[in-house]
Amino acid sequence: MLEIKNLHASIDGKDILKGINLTVKAGEVHAIMGPNGSGKSTLAQVLAGREEYEVTEGEVLFNGKNLLEMAPEDRAREGVFLAFQYPIEIPGVSNVNLLKTALNEIRKYRNEEPLDSMDFLNMIKSKMSLVDMPNDLMQRSVNEGFSGGEKKRNEIFQMAVLNPALGILDETDSGLDIDALRIVANGVTKLRSPENAFVVVTHYQRLLNYIVPDYVHVLFNGRIIKSGDKSLALELEEKGYDWVKEHITEFVGQ
Amino acid sequence: MSTTETNEIEKLANQEYKYGFVTDIETESAPKGLNEDIIALISKKKNEPEWMLEYRLKAYRHWLKMEEPEWPNVSYTKPDFQDIIYYSAPKNRPKYNSLDEVDPELIKTFEKLGIPLEEQKIFAGVAVDAVFDSVSVATTYKEKLKEMGIIFCSMSEAIQEHPGLVKKYIGSVVPYTDNFYAALNSAVFTDGSFAFIPKGVRCPMELSTYFRINASNTGQFERTLIVAEDSAYVSYLEGCTAPMRDENQLHAAVVELVALDNAEIKYSTIQNWYAGDKEGRGGIYNFVTKRGLCKGVNSKISWTQVETGSSITWKYPSCVLQGDNSIGEFYSVAVTNNMQQADTGTKMIHIGHNTRSTIVSKGISAGVSNNTYRGLVKVGKKASHARNYSQCDSLLIGDKCGAHTFPYLEVNNPTAIIEHEATTSKIGEDQIFYLNQRGLSTEDAVSMIVNGYCKEVFRELPMEFAVEAQKLLSVSLEGSVG
Repeated sequence: MLEIKNLHASIDGKDILKGINLTVKAGEVHAIMGPNGSGKSTLAQVLAGREEYEVTEGEVLFNGKNLLEMAPEDRAREGVFLAFQYPIEIPGVSNVNLLKTALNEIRKYRNEEPLDSMDFLNMIKSKMSLVDMPNDLMQRSVNEGFSGGEKKRNEIFQMAVLNPALGILDETDSGLDIDALRIVANGVTKLRSPENAFVVVTHYQRLLNYIVPDYVHVLFNGRIIKSGDKSLALELEEKGYDWVKEHITEFVGQ
Repeated sequence: MSTTETNEIEKLANQEYKYGFVTDIETESAPKGLNEDIIALISKKKNEPEWMLEYRLKAYRHWLKMEEPEWPNVSYTKPDFQDIIYYSAPKNRPKYNSLDEVDPELIKTFEKLGIPLEEQKIFAGVAVDAVFDSVSVATTYKEKLKEMGIIFCSMSEAIQEHPGLVKKYIGSVVPYTDNFYAALNSAVFTDGSFAFIPKGVRCPMELSTYFRINASNTGQFERTLIVAEDSAYVSYLEGCTAPMRDENQLHAAVVELVALDNAEIKYSTIQNWYAGDKEGRGGIYNFVTKRGLCKGVNSKISWTQVETGSSITWKYPSCVLQGDNSIGEFYSVAVTNNMQQADTGTKMIHIGHNTRSTIVSKGISAGVSNNTYRGLVKVGKKASHARNYSQCDSLLIGDKCGAHTFPYLEVNNPTAIIEHEATTSKIGEDQIFYLNQRGLSTEDAVSMIVNGYCKEVFRELPMEFAVEAQKLLSVSLEGSVG
């Protein structure tokens, strides 16, 4: 589904990603871990098409199409969803209005008829239970005055409604208490299917207790320096990132 | 039928054929320029009573002594008042025979706004079929209103049919001495709207110039007067979302509202006069004086405006809160793009006891435009326990436009409570990217953000108008974000 080949990206002339290689197949969940400043969020933003980042080298294919050539909205319509680390507030625009517009834009792109209001509302209701989304949050302005937990839950809820092929979660666990974490993670787990895939960017192992990954990758200084199964996450948690840093000297030495 | 009669008829018929509609217009136009003779001609053509002419002449003589104001934050070449035709017959010949002849850009805009074909023709100045739906609709409405004692007609008709009412109220809120353009309007106005809602009557529908026959050509000096008697209620809609083109560059209207005891007037405007091309050439100058008098106790006047058109907009719909417990409201969205300039706001004059006013102004600037909010809150010495809440927000799109806020406060009573909030923000790249990531194009994203920003004002508009306003906003800001 997703093939990242030798991806290099920089911001303001500073190189952040220095040759990422990653292949994600349908039905898989990949966790990207790494210390602060390793390039985890940059990777998520570059995949979503954030303009501030300049891709200097490499290629990204999404279902065989060149993702890097697409505008951000076309990437979304193709089925790439980014759950933001810091969800943005849009005053005066209700959550439900944004979702309906977004969903119908995506349907239009796929030559599908727009959903009528009744079908849309029924669908929304079924998805709301997935993340315990309170009713009043639907009518409120997008993320405005939401608590940190509500914002993150809203991201997962939006993902549930838009039903992307690839969900990228950018530190969705940061700033969540344990109950909220469980709700968010269980939501993602319920969305897993053989047709979709997830890339979960996280700093801590604890999210992976709830979203069990098929693969874990350690990102350091713009490169994936170690990949493994879920046990790698536990090892990291136990030994800390210093262990990885020792590992890197080994790696660079090679 | 005798031969002489037949001859007469033939003569008449031939005459019509020979001179036709076009010639009629030409003979019905006054020469360029302004003097007392021209004013007398206007008054005579309209078959006005003596007092009306007197009023016009007084206004004219006062205007001669006035200077064109220079305090607004706008720049333009001052009009040459001797180069304007002040009177031409109210019915204009259609400029085009079919929509095919009209600028395709204009048609595109109409389509985006969802304007029905027949109405597109009217706005673009295309000849319309003899039987036009809204005309018959208008007649039906008029009958219904008449049964309730509501008068809704053109100003010219009102001067003929209801001279007592006009004489009593015209100039009572905006005297001709008020300002330069109000004086000019008082001297030369040719038409406009008149609405009168009698005591205790709640007008059952939104009154709109749209439903008034022959309303499309009220001329450049429009005069509107709305009176709501005790406990009456009326909601009035002015303008429309279609871009209105006009040969006349200068528009100087006067609108007066009078609300008596317990009466309420809601006045909503969508202004989309031609703004000129991208360099600002050929746009309309819209210099308007709008004022409402809350004359009676517990009366209420609300202004809601969505201003997107004109190359220069200069207007301050105001409320004079004379009656005790009266309420004044002003909700405004003013959009400027390209070379447009707007200096708009309101005045809330608190005179009675326990008077309250609310101001919500949303300015949006894009391109290289300039958008100014200018507002006065004045609390008189005897106006005890007056309250005002003002909120003035500016939104900038791009980095070449300007937003300015000039709030004036004059508080002469210590019991007053005045609150003022002001914010200036830019549409964030973050916001646009977030919406892009949800599948919206940048243009749709901007439109969604801007509509959200204006929500507090849009919800004051009647439902249908609000939907139109949202579409209009999107069209007005098209291409403003790279």
